[in-house]
Amino acid sequence: MAQATTEGSLAPPHRHAPPVAVRVPSSSVRGELRAVKIVWQRELIRFSKDRLRILTQLVQPVLFLFVLGTGLSRLASAGTHGVDLRTFVYPGVLCMAVLFTAMFSAASLVWDREFGFLREMMVAPVRRSSLVLGKCLGGATVASFQGLIVIALAGLVGVPYSATLLLAVFGIQLLLAFAITAFGVMVAARIKQIQSFMAVTQMVMMPMYFLSGAIFPVSGLPAWLTVLNRLDPMTYAVDPMRRVVFSHLRISAAARQALDPGVTWWGWHVTSLVEVAVVAAIGLICLGVAVIEFSGRE
Amino acid sequence: MSEPAEQAGGVALAPPPAAASISVRGLAKRYGEIEAVRGIDFEVAPGEIFGFLGPNGAGKSTTISMLCTLVKPTGGTATVAGFDVNRDRDAVRRNIGLVFQDTTLDTYLTAEQNMRLHAELYGVSRELVGPRMQQVLEMVGLWERRKSAVATFSGGMKRRLEIARGLMHSPRVLFLDEPTVGLDPQTRSSIWAYIRELKNAEDITIFMTTHYMDEAEFCDRIAIMDKGVIVVLDTPGALKASIGHDRVTLQTADDSGAIAALAEHFEITAQMSEGAVVFGVPEGEYFVPRLFAELGVPIRSVSVSRPSLDDVFMSYTGTTIRDAEATDAERNRATVAAFRRRG
Repeated sequence: MAQATTEGSLAPPHRHAPPVAVRVPSSSVRGELRAVKIVWQRELIRFSKDRLRILTQLVQPVLFLFVLGTGLSRLASAGTHGVDLRTFVYPGVLCMAVLFTAMFSAASLVWDREFGFLREMMVAPVRRSSLVLGKCLGGATVASFQGLIVIALAGLVGVPYSATLLLAVFGIQLLLAFAITAFGVMVAARIKQIQSFMAVTQMVMMPMYFLSGAIFPVSGLPAWLTVLNRLDPMTYAVDPMRRVVFSHLRISAAARQALDPGVTWWGWHVTSLVEVAVVAAIGLICLGVAVIEFSGRE
Repeated sequence: MSEPAEQAGGVALAPPPAAASISVRGLAKRYGEIEAVRGIDFEVAPGEIFGFLGPNGAGKSTTISMLCTLVKPTGGTATVAGFDVNRDRDAVRRNIGLVFQDTTLDTYLTAEQNMRLHAELYGVSRELVGPRMQQVLEMVGLWERRKSAVATFSGGMKRRLEIARGLMHSPRVLFLDEPTVGLDPQTRSSIWAYIRELKNAEDITIFMTTHYMDEAEFCDRIAIMDKGVIVVLDTPGALKASIGHDRVTLQTADDSGAIAALAEHFEITAQMSEGAVVFGVPEGEYFVPRLFAELGVPIRSVSVSRPSLDDVFMSYTGTTIRDAEATDAERNRATVAAFRRRG
């Protein structure tokens, strides 16, 4: 029982041992980094304890990849120049995998508010920006882990396991996951109920996904759809991802032209670097707004 | 009001007068039309257990939220542990521990993970996290359960864990907002045992709110709050004494004759209550012999009781705390609605 004192301890157990003196230091960069790290770690701990979540959030990407991809491939074979439709939708599915996980991580902020834990963080003597940053990094890490599972499926849909491909894809996923979490956290700052949050994110996520070109090539679209596609932030994650994947495929020039035309702005072919920068910028803007939102709260 | 400097024996280095742990001047909070707190003043000395007593909606929680820097006052000033709640928010936060009415634990995590998370947020130095955690978890009897997920804890265990967590960073002031609300009587008394032990073990000031009269007895001083103002503030003993009379309960052969005789011989207005004659009189035990000698109505039994805090509350607010809660429920809802609207 509790009486089993540690061996070799000389002092007898005291009823009122002098309290261990703890001092809370003034704010410092180190203190803020510790806060970022612990909030990040908490996301990881929670994710690792929630095996069911890992599984359920795989359902949607797998459905898109294998059911939709396989089913529609008969219809699409004429237009894909012999390329497997599943290979074509694979980059979009990679984005989808992180999209849902990242949004779910952000949603936990609304849970935290409902279950009170948010208050424990909000009253701590640390900057709100540290808490928001930790949360976004946590969401990004967790979502990227989920993305890794889909990356591992590459071979099943005709995408080669090349180190540069995997690394580039993972990098873009990480960035997208961060941007999505930041967006979710920004929304969560204003929304108090989980039902409303889910409704809002569904309303945003589905159009974002469908408009992004995850399931169709982005050239030769009707004008209205082209405009919507170019305004969709997700477009700028799917497109570079697809370029990376397609650069590792041995396919005809016609197929490449039809399936991986690349995003253009007024005729200018947007480079992958610019696209990635767009995603990063959107993520940072959302992060900034989220920090302002949370800092304003009492 | 500062205490006069120490003069004994002309000590050259007289210690400064002990600064109040909490000092409040004209503190007020208004939510739109509703004045939740209407300008209150009080001081809490270091090491005190100070209780805020009042019905729901009296302004207790709003006051505690202002002192904890969670709600900005709309008037007045307050310092906690020597720091202004408006100007020096972070310093206040570093020096206080908080236990809220509603749980703020992460139930996915274990008790230890919750404690460590708190230690990290408060920047507790790494080598002290372990020993301090052991000390406070042992104090609330949860050290053996530290590896269990909080989701498996009972309501009382969660509250104890929250108290331990609030102490993790050795705050100078611990705020407990209704620490025993919603708990069964046995758990409530065990929470109180921990709070009293805490006062012996640590150098800490405790500020708490409650609407249980019996718990207020444990406080060094209590302030009774009603409708946003402090109606009275003193030690429980002094408050009870201030009522100035004991309660005498008589059973007689002729109750109406006894009431008439009391009015005639002693100028005392007595009432019938639950089949007995009841009245208040100063120093009841000395009154009883006169009663037997002079009443002139046969007496079957007499009991004399000291006033309770319920009587105190009644005498200062004109209502019992339970009745006050019933009538204030409406106002309370309005406050909540106003708060929600503000987001």
